[in-house]
Amino acid sequence: MRWETVIGLETHVELNTDTKIFCSCSTAFGAPPNTQCCPVCMGLPGSLPVLNRRVVEYAARIALALNCSITPLNRFDRKNYFYPDLPKAYQISQLYLPIAREGWLDVEMEQGRKSIRIHEMHMEEDAGKLIHHPDGGDTRIDYNRCGVPLVEIVTEPDFRSADEVVAYLEQLRSVLLYLGVSDGKLQEGSLRCDVNLSVRPEGSQTLGVRTEMKNLGSFRAVRRAIEYESQRQIRILESGGRVIRQTLRWDEDADQSIPMRTKEDAADYRYFPEPDLPPVELDEAFLTDLRTQQPELAAQKRARYCKDWGLSAYDARMLTGQRSLAEFFERTVALGAPPKKAANWIMGQVLRQLSARNLQAQDMTLQPKVLARLIALVEQGRINRNTAVEVFDAVFDGGDPEEYIAAHGLERISDCAQVRQAVEQVFAENPRSVADWRAGKEKALGFLVGQTMRMLQGKADPQTVNKLIRDRLTEE
Amino acid sequence: MNEILNMTALELSAGIKKGEVSCQEAAQAALNVIRTRQDQLNTFITVTGRQALERAAALDRRKGSGPLFGVPGAVKDNLCTQGLRTTCASLMLERYVPPYNAGVIDLLDEAGTVLLGKLNMDEFAMGSTSETSCFGPVKNPWDLSRVPGGSSGGAAAAVAAGEVWFALGSDTGGSVRQPAAWCGVTGIKPTYGTVSRYGLVAYASSFDQVGAICRDAADCAAVLDAIQNHDPRDSTGLPGEYGGLLAGLNGDIRGMRIGMPAQLFGDELDPQVRHRVLDAARVLRDRGAQVEECCLPAADYALAAYYVIACAEASSNLARYDGVHYGKRCAGDVGLEELYLRSRSEGFGSEVKRRILLGTFVLSEGHYDAYYAKALAARDMVRKSFEELFSQYDLLLAPVTPSVAPKLGQSLEHPARMYQTDSYTVCANLTGLPAMSIPCGQSEGGMPVGVQLIGPAFGEQTLLNAAHAVQRETHWHKLRPPCFGTGGEGT
Repeated sequence: MRWETVIGLETHVELNTDTKIFCSCSTAFGAPPNTQCCPVCMGLPGSLPVLNRRVVEYAARIALALNCSITPLNRFDRKNYFYPDLPKAYQISQLYLPIAREGWLDVEMEQGRKSIRIHEMHMEEDAGKLIHHPDGGDTRIDYNRCGVPLVEIVTEPDFRSADEVVAYLEQLRSVLLYLGVSDGKLQEGSLRCDVNLSVRPEGSQTLGVRTEMKNLGSFRAVRRAIEYESQRQIRILESGGRVIRQTLRWDEDADQSIPMRTKEDAADYRYFPEPDLPPVELDEAFLTDLRTQQPELAAQKRARYCKDWGLSAYDARMLTGQRSLAEFFERTVALGAPPKKAANWIMGQVLRQLSARNLQAQDMTLQPKVLARLIALVEQGRINRNTAVEVFDAVFDGGDPEEYIAAHGLERISDCAQVRQAVEQVFAENPRSVADWRAGKEKALGFLVGQTMRMLQGKADPQTVNKLIRDRLTEE
Repeated sequence: MNEILNMTALELSAGIKKGEVSCQEAAQAALNVIRTRQDQLNTFITVTGRQALERAAALDRRKGSGPLFGVPGAVKDNLCTQGLRTTCASLMLERYVPPYNAGVIDLLDEAGTVLLGKLNMDEFAMGSTSETSCFGPVKNPWDLSRVPGGSSGGAAAAVAAGEVWFALGSDTGGSVRQPAAWCGVTGIKPTYGTVSRYGLVAYASSFDQVGAICRDAADCAAVLDAIQNHDPRDSTGLPGEYGGLLAGLNGDIRGMRIGMPAQLFGDELDPQVRHRVLDAARVLRDRGAQVEECCLPAADYALAAYYVIACAEASSNLARYDGVHYGKRCAGDVGLEELYLRSRSEGFGSEVKRRILLGTFVLSEGHYDAYYAKALAARDMVRKSFEELFSQYDLLLAPVTPSVAPKLGQSLEHPARMYQTDSYTVCANLTGLPAMSIPCGQSEGGMPVGVQLIGPAFGEQTLLNAAHAVQRETHWHKLRPPCFGTGGEGT
């Protein structure tokens, strides 16, 4: 029998607001333990939450980008459970009225485009971190992460393979980075996902019993976990067994899923409306403002690059891989560079320099006007392409291309008389090669061109040199 | 010395400002009473003593204006005080010292008052008798064999006994008004959202409200002027123009329309209490108000709705006391589950456990709709029927409790019966409306009886004027219990 894997995702996204969701503590990552907390995020008796409006704004922007319908009147709810990393013993989340419902995200795959439906998205606070002593001794709690704002994005069970899931996560990450609402860093936990997975005979319309896998900290882990879990379920079903509904933890080191709890002992979170926070109204004016401020996302940019500027799909994808790279490209074009030329420069030279320096595009100091100027100089024939690359490398960290060209005398020799003079000299010094050519050895021409170029320190246009030599050879 | 003690807060402050008495003398006089009476009444959990005297001395040097300048008071031990332990009368927080002040503590400080200490109460404000405290029960100054009411029993008893000139309590289901009634003092629960809950240790967040217990309505007006504000740290706070209640206190109630909801005068009401409450109604009528009976059918759902919602919220609010972060932790090196179980079993008293269990039950899967959702619907009904009544009336008048203060120990055996005594007070909490309790005479056995006034939202001025009108005409609020002051046992 052929089996089909059906997957739904729950993705937690840490928002990069400066302060936490219910207090004014910093959200910066990596501070020493318990240096970014206060009575509110530590849940001390008598403390009360105050909603950070920026969190609502960020969440609404994500909701708009995911084509969701936005809940005009939001409420928060308490999710009650005991765990040492949760100092209030409840998490302030949204159950009954989440900020967004019913959206979609188009994911581009090699096989074509697929639309993944978004079931809902809600806002909530993160918990702290338990730090277990390496020797198995005591466990300590770091509250710094308590109250860091999260949104949880829940999809419908629309995925059929690990490839689709990874493509969706990459697309989602791109959306978040373009919106500037999250760092999207998996290794720092700012993007975490749980996988709900079931299998069914191909062609079946009913869903199989699903399991939920947690603790997926990298795209690789997501892919491995999906492959492992679908194989595990298929093996059970093929041997006549039944899959039980349970929560599993993915153990990346052991490369296998480990059961955490079954449905029977699933927690009852006793959700109820958070009495400490009044409802949050998102009025039409607020949403209209957000819509007009919404940046152009990667998918829209790609479509525009292909349609308006005639770039290939591959080039468009490369350029939009990082928002700052796409912006750099667009600004270079806006300064007059032909789009295709600018694209080639960026994908070739700019990315080469970045990777040599191990930099992200957003950390680059190179200005679009420098690249635009360089491209213009090549277009005008004032320097040749090889020289341009040399100049580019020299001014990548700062400097003016024209000054550099002038200082190093790199401008192309466009004076024909000067070239002709050099040709005469080369002919005089290499009578043997001239004779060879005339005897039919075509290769001799290349030698003469090379000698002339060397004499002119490479600053002449090779085509011109070629033509003048040919003319001179055929003259006699 | 009893002369100072017998003053109202406003009179004392006026005396201090005129130089007739110093702030230190007042504080010392009060501390003497506390020292003399603490063993009998058990009103305080923590007395600030030296700290209070230093503060009083500093105020004497400073001189200030403000109607409460220099006046010693105390607060219920569920209001956080920086560096001063805040126990909620629970073993769970017996040694807990908050790192910050509640909003109202800072405001009292700005008003130039002196904090004499933290007052005894029912554990986590759960109870109607102040007997569930882990520090032992509070006694009623009028009869030491009786309870003072609760949960702000320490606050009401301390004001009644002359230990402080005013006290702050909290009122979740009647916890300010009911002990005020049973101790013969004046108590007010303002409109929900007009006093910051920041730093008030939560019992039931939708209902909890800080209130004042004083000698009379004028003192209540002054204390509300000091503590009502819009605190950005409390998201349920309401913006508004605060202050001016004392200035607006004229006792003019001519033409005021007052309704007496028949449902709050039911069969369970002790006839003696009924008569005293009607006495107060008569005074109001004599002063020019129109008083008539009215109907409040939704009141029948109020008590059940209140206990479902309050317990639900309590079960969540008190979950944080888990032995991990602060407060009581069970002895021994035990696993996590065991640590939770034992710390909470040892740290909480039985009434708190009962409410946590009830609340956990009504919120659990399969029961939510039958209990919690229904209670919310009932609350909406009660709110609506109050809104309708306030389109016809300026105030409502009712008893505070069905009877006078019971004997110690009677209520604990019958929790459901104890809950019943909250029937008249919970309406104001379900609706968030302001309400107060003022003395209206005594039972044949000499126990104080209170009358309750309930106003529309932000109707504090109307409430206080009606109370003031009664108190200008009567001496009920001036009656003092036998053990008032030091009773000649000290100076």
